Amino acid sequence: MRADDSTMIRLDGVDKTFIMHLRAGAVLPVLRAVKFEVNAGECLVLDGPSGSGKSSILKMIFGNYRVDAGSILVRDGDGWSDVARASPRDVLRLRRSVIGYVSQFLRTIPRVGALDVVAASARDNGLEAATARARAAELLARLGIPERLWQLPPATFSGGEQQRINIARGFVATHPVLLLDEPTASLDKKNRAAVIDFIRQRKRSGAALIGIFHDDDVKRQVADNSIDVSRFRA
Amino acid sequence: MSTAEVPLISAAGLTKFYGVRVGCLDVDLEAYAGEVLAVVGESGSGKSTLLSLLSTQLRPTRGSVHFRMRDALVRDLFQLEEAQRRLLSRTDWGFVHQDARLGLRMNVSAGGNVGERLMAVGWRNYASIRREARLWLARVEIDGDRIDDLPTTFSGGMRQRLQIAKNMVSAPRLIFMDEPTGGLDVSVQARLIDLMRGLVADHGLAVIIVTHDLAVARLLSHRIIVMRYGRVIETGLTDQVLDDPREPYTQLLVASDLRG
Repeated sequence: MRADDSTMIRLDGVDKTFIMHLRAGAVLPVLRAVKFEVNAGECLVLDGPSGSGKSSILKMIFGNYRVDAGSILVRDGDGWSDVARASPRDVLRLRRSVIGYVSQFLRTIPRVGALDVVAASARDNGLEAATARARAAELLARLGIPERLWQLPPATFSGGEQQRINIARGFVATHPVLLLDEPTASLDKKNRAAVIDFIRQRKRSGAALIGIFHDDDVKRQVADNSIDVSRFRA
Repeated sequence: MSTAEVPLISAAGLTKFYGVRVGCLDVDLEAYAGEVLAVVGESGSGKSTLLSLLSTQLRPTRGSVHFRMRDALVRDLFQLEEAQRRLLSRTDWGFVHQDARLGLRMNVSAGGNVGERLMAVGWRNYASIRREARLWLARVEIDGDRIDDLPTTFSGGMRQRLQIAKNMVSAPRLIFMDEPTGGLDVSVQARLIDLMRGLVADHGLAVIIVTHDLAVARLLSHRIIVMRYGRVIETGLTDQVLDDPREPYTQLLVASDLRG
């Protein structure tokens, strides 16, 4: 269990297989013996062709996918938590205080306006209501979401706008571990630059980030290390 | 261990036979304050039987249900006196039914329905009962002008919100919900879900909701229990169970969900 002092995330021997019962129990091994570490203040980029399991790794770290074998240690205050073995309630706690995640798709909540969607993420992370709203407004402005949209539920927004809401939600909180699944996929140059800036800020404040980026330019600007996940092909 | 770590309600080996037919079998579960637990499954899976057992409307064939009382003592519900159980269900618990006629008195005004529960916990002053009723009607977005109207004049969505107001007025710690969004239009469902999310967050409620609608479970619940033939076949974090279902039946349910 001992890791270097600055290690924030440590995967070891992680396996993932899907069993598709609706397809006659087809067994789909995806990942085997995944092993890497990420230090504080670093961004690790996951590389590899599509279907190689990059998103699955992020989803396992976030507790969204089950882990078949191995351990996923994240620094949790003075100690460590193993997401692979954490109870559902522990995973929920880790998501509030330790692990943030920017996914490709926004799951919208009916009737909740964009500003509140973003502020709720900051509140879950421990900010008090007024500060959370102020931070949320700041991020929406940085990402070029026009103020007239802030009170509207994002369900009706364009794909690009929804993605920016998602980004704001991920960066409004200050999780020490942040997972990014193609956060810049459909952004214009200006917003891409804003996201790169957010990532650098999080690194400077000591967070450990793991990201999937399709854009080589973004990758170059944020990566401290990269790993080709096809080496973990099952 | 702090109080927050002790479940508000827990069941162990909960089993109900109807003659030789299984209602539910060996169900273990717990629910904590501030948490929504969804019980999903198709008709006949035993989810409604489970809810009736937890809320002591049915007696189990075997197994137990424990509840953490306001004095922090954990009590076996089926060992309580009938009067104590009735008091719990009038004060500390709420029950929101799919069919509002089971949860409301249809020949009593909206205000009367809400006020009744206050009187059950000892409120006597007419003006303050009416004020409190009006406050809760507003919180569930029912216009105060409707306070003297009968629930029969309300739409389906309003009846559900009135049920919620009636339950919430006594500051319960646990609410049971049986398909509360069933039969409602999608926009009306969204409004109800939004309201329930707010109440759980603001009041630290525990909610156990039975639903066959996976979209409702996903939006509302933290943890999920999947039932089939009276048994729990899969349980865990809601998004994990729905995004990475392990059991064949859960995979079928998820694959069959129209709204994804």
